[in-house]
Amino acid sequence: MDILSFILNPFVSLYNLIRDALTALLLSFGIASDVVAIIVFLVMGLIVVTAILILAPVLMMYTTLLERKVVARMQDRIGPNRVGKFGLLQPIADMIKFLTKEDIVPEGVDRVSHLLAPIVSVIPVVLSFAVLSFGVGMGAVDLNLGLLFLMAMGSMATIAVFMAGFGSHNKFALIGGMRAAAQIISYEIPQIFAVAIPVMLAGSISLNRVIEQQSGLFGLGWFFFYVPVGPIAFFVYLLAATAEINRVPFDLPEAESELVAGYHTEYSGMKFGLFYLAEFLNMFIISAIAASIFFGGWQGPFVQQVPALGIVYFFGKTFLLIIIQLWFRGSLPRIRVDQLMNFGWKRLVPVMIGTILFTAVLLWFYRGVLDYLKGLGG
Amino acid sequence: MDVSTIIAQLLFFLVAALTLTAAFLTVLARNVFHAALALVGTFFGVAAIYLMLEAEFLAIVQILIYIGAIAVLILFAVMLTRGLMQHDQISFNHQWAWVALVVGTLFLGMFILILQVPWLQSGAAVTADTVPSLGQQLMTTYLLPFEVVSVLLLATLVGAFIIARE
Repeated sequence: MDILSFILNPFVSLYNLIRDALTALLLSFGIASDVVAIIVFLVMGLIVVTAILILAPVLMMYTTLLERKVVARMQDRIGPNRVGKFGLLQPIADMIKFLTKEDIVPEGVDRVSHLLAPIVSVIPVVLSFAVLSFGVGMGAVDLNLGLLFLMAMGSMATIAVFMAGFGSHNKFALIGGMRAAAQIISYEIPQIFAVAIPVMLAGSISLNRVIEQQSGLFGLGWFFFYVPVGPIAFFVYLLAATAEINRVPFDLPEAESELVAGYHTEYSGMKFGLFYLAEFLNMFIISAIAASIFFGGWQGPFVQQVPALGIVYFFGKTFLLIIIQLWFRGSLPRIRVDQLMNFGWKRLVPVMIGTILFTAVLLWFYRGVLDYLKGLGG
Repeated sequence: MDVSTIIAQLLFFLVAALTLTAAFLTVLARNVFHAALALVGTFFGVAAIYLMLEAEFLAIVQILIYIGAIAVLILFAVMLTRGLMQHDQISFNHQWAWVALVVGTLFLGMFILILQVPWLQSGAAVTADTVPSLGQQLMTTYLLPFEVVSVLLLATLVGAFIIARE
């Protein structure tokens, strides 16, 4: 392998290098080739899983720092700057604090739900990482139903919120849990409708196919530019997804001025830390989905020549979208419950149904014209 | 036997055992909320079995619909009934013997039926991307049943709204 192609596509090259070396090593021991295939599959799977399990918390840690810094700037403050240069070690200090804090389990809680809720809230988010495409050929699993899988994982968050809200046996937690559930169910519908638009445009529900379909125009054929349906779908997706993960301005489930801390009122130490982790990873996931299906994911100029650029494009777009959500947080007040429900059911859902119909008609018309032109040519 | 077959068998028994444990917990749990959570576990197990049968679409839809919507609905109902939250319920009442008889007979009947039916078996390989063909079939061959189901669901929705208003 020559050095240049390795530098241009470092992660995939490294993966292939390890896989080939391992296969050669095992074969030289005289192990049957079908057994070798299984062992290599398991070991490579383990490596990818480990990489994701390291990537996820690190991303979360630095997203918290980003949030504190960005919101601080918006509020004319400086933000954390004591631990390390520019506060760069602050997330590590926070994590040590989470891990060393006393784990308090209140007396009246429902122990099973209380203990399982933080775990259940993190698992679907981490599973979502499996189907994301971080760069050219850099997805752990190329699932044919990638987007549907992401939606299914998103819908599981409700269970964790319920478990936390009910298990705490606390009125604030219970109200927070109920609010969260109602909100997540309501906003799931416009969210899935919004995801349906890129799926219709790409003609596939696989995340990788949707990204590949946006390669036109020098890597800029993003579905966001398919005016007017692209922008409408994107903004609806952004709003619905923000509501889905209970962030400002839809943070009613944990409205601290009304509900103490909502469904995680009774949690302390690392168990609260897991909820915190899930919240920030959710923010990353929805930004990554939006970047992939509306802004081409790793697509961009010169990405075919220099695959390593894909990683930069992907994370750049994702973090830009995260900053937009932090901007929401820094500038918007929380909306009321009735406004929330009205906005979801009476605005977003009809708008999306109309957009889906319009997209379908548009595609039908477009294909008709193409067929007609083909008929003329033939 | 092939190594991958053995692994697949072991995985199947593991998943089946977990699914059945969750199913028993659903029925036997004294706390209704725990029963609902165990039901979520059962749904998960079923999804895992679909996945092992290479029915990926079915597996994901199982999670999306059964866990994301139906289980959430059940949990919602449990949380809204306050009396159920405070005390543990007894799993058995005086009718349990009759119920066991009826359910047992039904189970036996279905079991025999499943063993006797000559199931259609196809040697064809599973297509990698089932969603497009599924969608096309729904929009052409099975359009009428599909539309009838849609109308039925719409009617249910409107009915629920009318009941909720009263």
